[in-house]
Amino acid sequence: MVRVKLWGSLSDFADGKEVVEVEASNFKQLLDRLGETYPGLKPQFERGVSLAVDGTIYREAWFTPISDENEVVLIPYMTGG
Amino acid sequence: MTFQSGAKRDFQVVGKRLVRPDGIDKVTGKALYGADFSAPGMLFGRVLRSPHPHARIVSIDVSAAESLEGVKAIVTGWDLAEPEDEAIRDIRDNCLARDKVLYDGHAVAAVAATSKSIAKEAIRLIKVEYEILPHVTDVDVAFRPDAPAVQEGRSDETVPEESSPNITRRFEFGHGNLEDCFAKADKIVERSFKTAATHQGYIEPHACLASLGSDGRGELWCCTQGQYLVRTVCSEILGLEASQLRVTASEIGGGFGGKTTVFIEPVALALSGKAGRPVKLVMSREEVFRASGPTCSSSIDVKIGMTKDGRITAGEAVLRYSGGAFPCETVQFGSQAAFAAYDLDAVKTHGFNVMTNRPKEVAYRAPGAPMAVYAVESVVDELCQEFDLDPLEVRLKNAARKGTLSAYGPTFNEIGLMATLEAAKAHPHYSAPLGPNQGRGLSCGFWFNFGGNTCVSLNINSDGTVGVVEGNPDIGGSRASISMMAAEELGVPYEKVRTVIADTNTLGYNDTTDGSRVTFAVGLATIEAARDAIKEMCGRVAKLWGIDEEAVIWENGCAKPASSNAGDFEPMSLADIAAIADNTGGPIAGHYEVNADGAGVSFGVHLCDVEVDRETGSTQILRYTVFQDAGKAVHPDYVEGQMQGGAVQGIGWALNEEYIYGEDGKLQNAGFLDYRVPVASDLPQIDTVILEIPNPGHPYGVRGVGETSIVPPLAAISNAVCRATGVRMTELPLSPARLQKALQEA
Amino acid sequence: MKMIPVSTRINGDEREFLCAPDETLLDVLRDRLGLTGSKEGCGTGDCGACSVMLNGRLVCSCLVLAAESEGAEVETIEGMAEGQVLHPLQRVFIEKAALQCGICTPGILVAAKALLEKNPDPSETEIRYWLAGNLCRCTGYDKIIRAVQEAAAEIRRLQP
Repeated sequence: MVRVKLWGSLSDFADGKEVVEVEASNFKQLLDRLGETYPGLKPQFERGVSLAVDGTIYREAWFTPISDENEVVLIPYMTGG
Repeated sequence: MTFQSGAKRDFQVVGKRLVRPDGIDKVTGKALYGADFSAPGMLFGRVLRSPHPHARIVSIDVSAAESLEGVKAIVTGWDLAEPEDEAIRDIRDNCLARDKVLYDGHAVAAVAATSKSIAKEAIRLIKVEYEILPHVTDVDVAFRPDAPAVQEGRSDETVPEESSPNITRRFEFGHGNLEDCFAKADKIVERSFKTAATHQGYIEPHACLASLGSDGRGELWCCTQGQYLVRTVCSEILGLEASQLRVTASEIGGGFGGKTTVFIEPVALALSGKAGRPVKLVMSREEVFRASGPTCSSSIDVKIGMTKDGRITAGEAVLRYSGGAFPCETVQFGSQAAFAAYDLDAVKTHGFNVMTNRPKEVAYRAPGAPMAVYAVESVVDELCQEFDLDPLEVRLKNAARKGTLSAYGPTFNEIGLMATLEAAKAHPHYSAPLGPNQGRGLSCGFWFNFGGNTCVSLNINSDGTVGVVEGNPDIGGSRASISMMAAEELGVPYEKVRTVIADTNTLGYNDTTDGSRVTFAVGLATIEAARDAIKEMCGRVAKLWGIDEEAVIWENGCAKPASSNAGDFEPMSLADIAAIADNTGGPIAGHYEVNADGAGVSFGVHLCDVEVDRETGSTQILRYTVFQDAGKAVHPDYVEGQMQGGAVQGIGWALNEEYIYGEDGKLQNAGFLDYRVPVASDLPQIDTVILEIPNPGHPYGVRGVGETSIVPPLAAISNAVCRATGVRMTELPLSPARLQKALQEA
Repeated sequence: MKMIPVSTRINGDEREFLCAPDETLLDVLRDRLGLTGSKEGCGTGDCGACSVMLNGRLVCSCLVLAAESEGAEVETIEGMAEGQVLHPLQRVFIEKAALQCGICTPGILVAAKALLEKNPDPSETEIRYWLAGNLCRCTGYDKIIRAVQEAAAEIRRLQP
């Protein structure tokens, strides 16, 4: 199981949990399974969500591998100027 | 072939101060910017804008304008298509209003005519009947539940019920137990801050030339930070197929984030489609101020606790940003960046986007971060004063470093904040003496930096020269740095490489020139494309020599046998290999396509000395030094240029620049005379110190440098003013009138 | 609108054109004569991107009516280099990275040249005040000022 940290306003839609556990080996599986378990997360996922693995931010890459060894954090999709 | 990544290496080309390839065109007036294109049979477009901050459009009568001699087309919002994507529908409604006008300057209709003066006259003849609605331009007023609704039904599921209808979204970030950690503090300071909306202030107004045929094929030349974004948005708004709309980016006269969307391009295309002729549309400066840009205005509450020896125990902030009349995400970045420089056990930020009757916000250099960091760094400075602690020592004591759980979620890996702070501490500026009415301020700053979608093609020409094709407009010297990285990797002289910017049909999709991404991501793709070409060249040489591909290496621009075991062959240069390409398999090229990640965050520290004239309230910047981590400075001149330019934009934000709205909801200072950007005589030299803490995510260690530099000046200057005068200002800009009033009241 | 015939000398060449009474010199340079090197950043004389020399005087061409240039000598950025040879200011601007986007560069070069013709050895403060009417949003002016100083020194060396 991968432990996934959610940002504050996202945890409101995951029964208030700041950390959720999910069986996933990449970003895509993580999104799919979390969306199934917590349907309230789906609107945010559709608007865009990024993944931080051990401190490196992956904005969109579905096939980014993750495991229980990694620090996995969901953050909202980000852009710049 | 294997290639090292992130490792230290001796660079031959990278790191040198070389002459940019577009230099001569730009110093002789030959370079073509957005308004410099023309086409046979071209018409001139002009836009009619709302004089009201908020009104329902009852009717638009264009009959008189239509019958004016020389008028060839008139369009309104109803001439545009229905995009599926909500964000693109918002852009459409910003380009031409449909039911309501949402701010002073909102576009209502547009004409194309045979001359500028006829277009101007035609605009006067369009009759619009408005039903005036109540308006709101202040973020705090708009935040109240009883505020006039700018738009209805735009709040998403994150917004609590019973909130103002203008709150579109809420964000929350942070970790730890605030209550416990605030309890450990010897002193807690709570302050509320306001910052004015500012404009990116690029000197080149938005401009385009559009040509759209009845067959749905279009050509668009425009000044933009992203021609592919323009294509996507315009083709959706016009109902065109992306492949049929070719967008060519002109030279760009500044953007700073402000040219990452469209304002006039869909309008020009619609006019051209109706008229059957090319249409040129150029914004006036007044239009630029009233209807493009600006950044968010903000209202921020900060609470920070500190022990008497300078350890920050906890931090909390509530950020209310207004991104104008539409939903806007910028407060998210402010909420994430506010405390990014600190290693905190407990931190929480709450961000709200609030709609007001102001122009639709567009990104401005590190969007959302400057005002958030201003508020936090002001309170940290006040706590340092409270305990009589050295502000730089306090930053060092609390600085985020490798292993710090960041305030926005992930744990930092290699970051350069400590090194940057140490450099500031060691610099003579920090210990230089100050005179009366003078003060020194400092602030940390932070930006995330991004990578993103990138394609690069690299062609080996038969004469041994190299052509690089990339898709990001060169906004500040990137053609030079991209050529340098290609030359470095291939081992050829810089002068042998020419980099060009492709139009949308010449190269695959590229994200916009934003997020400080180009030198990082396009550089990375260029290096990889060069490696692809090298692999091909080594393969051909291996065949020529009759040895294994693995037995050929690339060194100093030549293919060589890997060792004496591989055989005894004379090295072949890139030019040697290029010259016989016809015989060895045809043209040689390298490609790379990637959605790049691993951009690596960038920290900066600014030191600033000011002198305040107590009589007039005017603040003079006496000395300014910028310290920033660039990972690896590919072209140091242009890295320094980014650091200096961002610092000066921040100085303008801190001291003078602001959108001023009257009670009537109209913008009162839509021109450079009244919206005062820094001029040469306002400023001292801006000194720079580049730190190089390599980014492990880039083959040469590059980090983006474009945005971080605008983040620290707001607090650095306000902190300096406080130390010069003893007055803590909580509202920006520190214009002379505002500062004089505060000094009198103190 | 009745058009006005105008004869001028632009960058040493005789040029004749017709213009409307409300057209500015900048409009004519850009739209009628194809000299798009002068830029329009504001149209109100605040940014200096349209700086040209009119009878030896530095002006914002957006504030000059085209009809006023009858019989005048106009110098624009297009006339600054002599053939292939760049003016020292132009060359040093490239060498010292005194431009980023380049939109303000033509106006700043024209203005800086006017300064050095009046005052071959200006102080940093004099340069900063002389160029205060030319906005640059990219560079923070630092490299521009240094480039003008360096070009001035070079010109002084060449023309003792």
